[in-house]
Amino acid sequence: MTHDAMIDEWYPVGLFSKLDAGGRKTALMGEPIDVARDAEGNARVTGGNGRPLPVCVRYGHVWSSLGAPQKALFAIPEADQAGRRFVDVGVVRVRCSPLRAVENFLDIAHFPFVHTDILGAEPHTEVQNYKVEIREDEVWATQVKFYQPQAAKSASGGITTEYMYRVPAPTCAVLYKTCPPRPGEWDVITLFVQPLAEDLCDVWPWMALYDDTTTLTDLIHFQQTIFLQDRSILENQIPRLLPLDPGMEIPTRADLTSVAYRRWLKRHDYTYGAQLVAQ
Amino acid sequence: MKLYDYILSPSCYKVRLMAALTDVKLDIRPVDFHPGAEHRGAALMDLNPAGSIPILEDGDLILTESSAMLVYLAARAAPEWLGSGTTEETARVQQWLSFSNRLTTSLGAARLHEMLLRPGDITELQMHGIAALREVEAGLVEQGVRGMRFLASDRPTVADIACFPYVALAPDGGVSLDPYPAIRLWSRALRSLENFIEMPGIHRLHELKPAPYIEPGGA
Repeated sequence: MTHDAMIDEWYPVGLFSKLDAGGRKTALMGEPIDVARDAEGNARVTGGNGRPLPVCVRYGHVWSSLGAPQKALFAIPEADQAGRRFVDVGVVRVRCSPLRAVENFLDIAHFPFVHTDILGAEPHTEVQNYKVEIREDEVWATQVKFYQPQAAKSASGGITTEYMYRVPAPTCAVLYKTCPPRPGEWDVITLFVQPLAEDLCDVWPWMALYDDTTTLTDLIHFQQTIFLQDRSILENQIPRLLPLDPGMEIPTRADLTSVAYRRWLKRHDYTYGAQLVAQ
Repeated sequence: MKLYDYILSPSCYKVRLMAALTDVKLDIRPVDFHPGAEHRGAALMDLNPAGSIPILEDGDLILTESSAMLVYLAARAAPEWLGSGTTEETARVQQWLSFSNRLTTSLGAARLHEMLLRPGDITELQMHGIAALREVEAGLVEQGVRGMRFLASDRPTVADIACFPYVALAPDGGVSLDPYPAIRLWSRALRSLENFIEMPGIHRLHELKPAPYIEPGGA
């Protein structure tokens, strides 16, 4: 299977704050790599045959690539806004396709059933119409609205939350959501996915929030709760690879973002972790 | 009553679940497990030299073993959860309370390895996990022959709560529960209990669809 197009992308390979001189052995798209802090305190990533790999440090994480990235890592302007709190949630390994991890993050219809009484609740299961477009070669879903009993740690009681989703890279998604303490601003929650193999990934959620009252520990526990509820679902999805063949499944209107994401992957030949022909 | 808690810890969940089922209000104190490793810090090591969580504090009483916490909650608020008190049932409760540690060191360690990248020999851990699951399955089947639905009694006891979380989360460590029908029925019975609460990875039972209406006289 070809995965040339994805070789040149940036991928998260660790938390910058957790690097040490001894290094951390991990993998990127099947190749063993080592992520360490060098004598000057910079991040250093080494490939399987000892060759140095490209490195960039951004959004709390170390990023690398097996190929030669043609462009800089995507921008998240909110990461430079004063007053936001940046939360390194940590890593969770999931036995699923890295593309499936991203797709699940883009889905809201599962909220009442998987994140019951937190991000959704029966009988409020309707996904209202929303917009999906390709904006500067990124997938964007906007005007997504959903009733949520406890949308964020800083929310008390149920509110209708508005979301925007953005896919700036094949294994990264950025979520903007109503910020209860600061109407008019958006909380930013990201999912950075490190593809270890086509059916195995390390997921590094990261957040940039306006929330001055909740402790960091509470914020991390909240986000870990949500993500670990997803994990058991993700590990049971069949087929393991994300189907890009439209013959495989019948999407509904609520799946617009997923449809756009799959088409965008296919158009760019971003197929590492994808199933191209229905089996 | 204060519980030093981590949301992803099945042992902490045992205590939260027991408290919910017996209607005891806990003062939850989240521990900065990641990234701060607070459970290994001086303040918590003073409370629990083992450096583990949960820790339950109630006045002068400090408990660091989750099975003891379950017994404490039950004895205080709902003694029926300790079993009927017959010789055999009392022994069975104790048997499973001690046994639950084997689930922690096998299935629990496999889960930490597969999910949070903790070092360990995964094949070995899964093998011990499967052996422990087979004992739980056999125990439940034998109880069924005695006409009882739960591990030590015909009603749920602290023994069930001690064993349930690591069993239910076995798939998190790459161990399937598909081969164990008695475990799945038992899990369903526990999840149907009034005031049951879930943790990440253990989903609550959702309302079943109403039964289909069949025309009288139809096929």
